[in-house]
Amino acid sequence: MTSEEIILNLPYQHPFLFVDELVTVSDNGIEGNYTFKNDEYFYKGHFKDNPITPGVILTETMAQIGVVCLGIHLMGNDISVDNKPKIALTSQAVDFYLPVYPNDKVTVISEKEYFRFNKLKCKVKMLNASNELVCRGSISGMIK
Amino acid sequence: MDKNELIESLKKIVKPYIQDEAAFENLNEDTDFINDLKINSANLVDVILDVEDEFDIEIDNEAMEKMLSVKSAMAIIETKLAEK
Repeated sequence: MTSEEIILNLPYQHPFLFVDELVTVSDNGIEGNYTFKNDEYFYKGHFKDNPITPGVILTETMAQIGVVCLGIHLMGNDISVDNKPKIALTSQAVDFYLPVYPNDKVTVISEKEYFRFNKLKCKVKMLNASNELVCRGSISGMIK
Repeated sequence: MDKNELIESLKKIVKPYIQDEAAFENLNEDTDFINDLKINSANLVDVILDVEDEFDIEIDNEAMEKMLSVKSAMAIIETKLAEK
């Protein structure tokens, strides 16, 4: 499956799709990026007159690129238009280091720890456009 | 390893993943991982990976699907240990 096909198979859409591009995809890991648009819906409330990307959205972005996209790649031919991936986030532990503002581009790099019995566990980190660490952690999900 | 030792090591393995404390206190051969202990499917995978490490065995998909209770886990562990 190509990177474009992986993104097309994602079960998300605007305003909750946080994947622009996948740069590298292998059986052991994945790297992709997303640019937070100026008018993302959550900036209206987080925070009042002071838009900063919420940590849960950063976690979601890491999960979409680092776990779900990688999971779709690993499922390979088991995923198709007729057989959309069924996914569930099952656990996450993330530390945050730097804020992400509107128009910031972030890169997510994920390393597979294991994919067994439909559970994918990854070590995931997010870098900003200056290559500084924004957040990192461990995220797991079930995919079938 | 006798039955009680096996149950004790399983008890140690499942402890971090259980939701139902009472069912855990009364854990016995008939305890079901999902229905009694309320372990979720993702943590059931962790239980199986921990069982592999603890007993130095490999659990395949077929065995995994059967490993839903203390009794079936014990049977699978004993079979895999005997094969070694």
